[in-house]
Amino acid sequence: MPTTRRQFLSLAGGATVAGTIPIVTIRPLDATPAMLTAAIRNVVGEAQIRTGRVKLDIPPLVENGNTVPMTVSVTSPMTANDYVKSIHVFNEKNPQPNIGNFYLNPSSGRAQVSTRIRLADTQKVVAVARLSDDTFWQVAADIVVTLAACTEEMN
Amino acid sequence: MAALINVPAKAKHGDVIEIRTLTSHIMETGFRHTADGKLVPRDIITSFTCRYNGAEIFRADLFPAIAANPYLSFFTVAKESGKFEFEWTGDNGYSSTASASIAVE
Repeated sequence: MPTTRRQFLSLAGGATVAGTIPIVTIRPLDATPAMLTAAIRNVVGEAQIRTGRVKLDIPPLVENGNTVPMTVSVTSPMTANDYVKSIHVFNEKNPQPNIGNFYLNPSSGRAQVSTRIRLADTQKVVAVARLSDDTFWQVAADIVVTLAACTEEMN
Repeated sequence: MAALINVPAKAKHGDVIEIRTLTSHIMETGFRHTADGKLVPRDIITSFTCRYNGAEIFRADLFPAIAANPYLSFFTVAKESGKFEFEWTGDNGYSSTASASIAVE
């Protein structure tokens, strides 16, 4: 049987842990499912999205998808003329593509937001930042999830 | 209704301070089923706002992908002594507030 992409990714995730070097794979957004792309376009419109400036801190391997700590930070001086307007976080395989929208302003001082999220499957998480000059920057991270959230039966 | 707020009690003028909030809420996704197959209706917090002496300094839209008991951490510049007000609103008319004060030198 040929190796599928999913098998390869889970192997790569396992190897990452075994090697004790936590590497979060960062790739451009080429082949994303339609829902994720649509959700991002909903926020961004027709504007071009560049890769960089945004940092997504999230564990590369997650045992329990019900609560995954996540921090998004953006490189910005946060002055009145150059600041981060908003940060939008998306996922690829949860039932809904949105995770959260966070609105900042120059008095935020530092463009950084932390929260805890749910992940229903091994998947990609994308963070997009909108700067005050209306340019968009993004970063993507792949996360391996062993216990999925959201869809389990209620007891 | 319980909320945990972490704001420094004192700060110097111009310091960037971290504000951490945690509130208790089930954040039911609306995608889960009971054992007999019924869909559990969605019940989440959809919006969070933080005001500093009346002015909005941070706002968030939350979705079912936010974990139960939503935790949020963000930053602001300490400008003047006063009060932070926090508000969570959500499905089924949910609304909860909390506040914290800060002394700025």
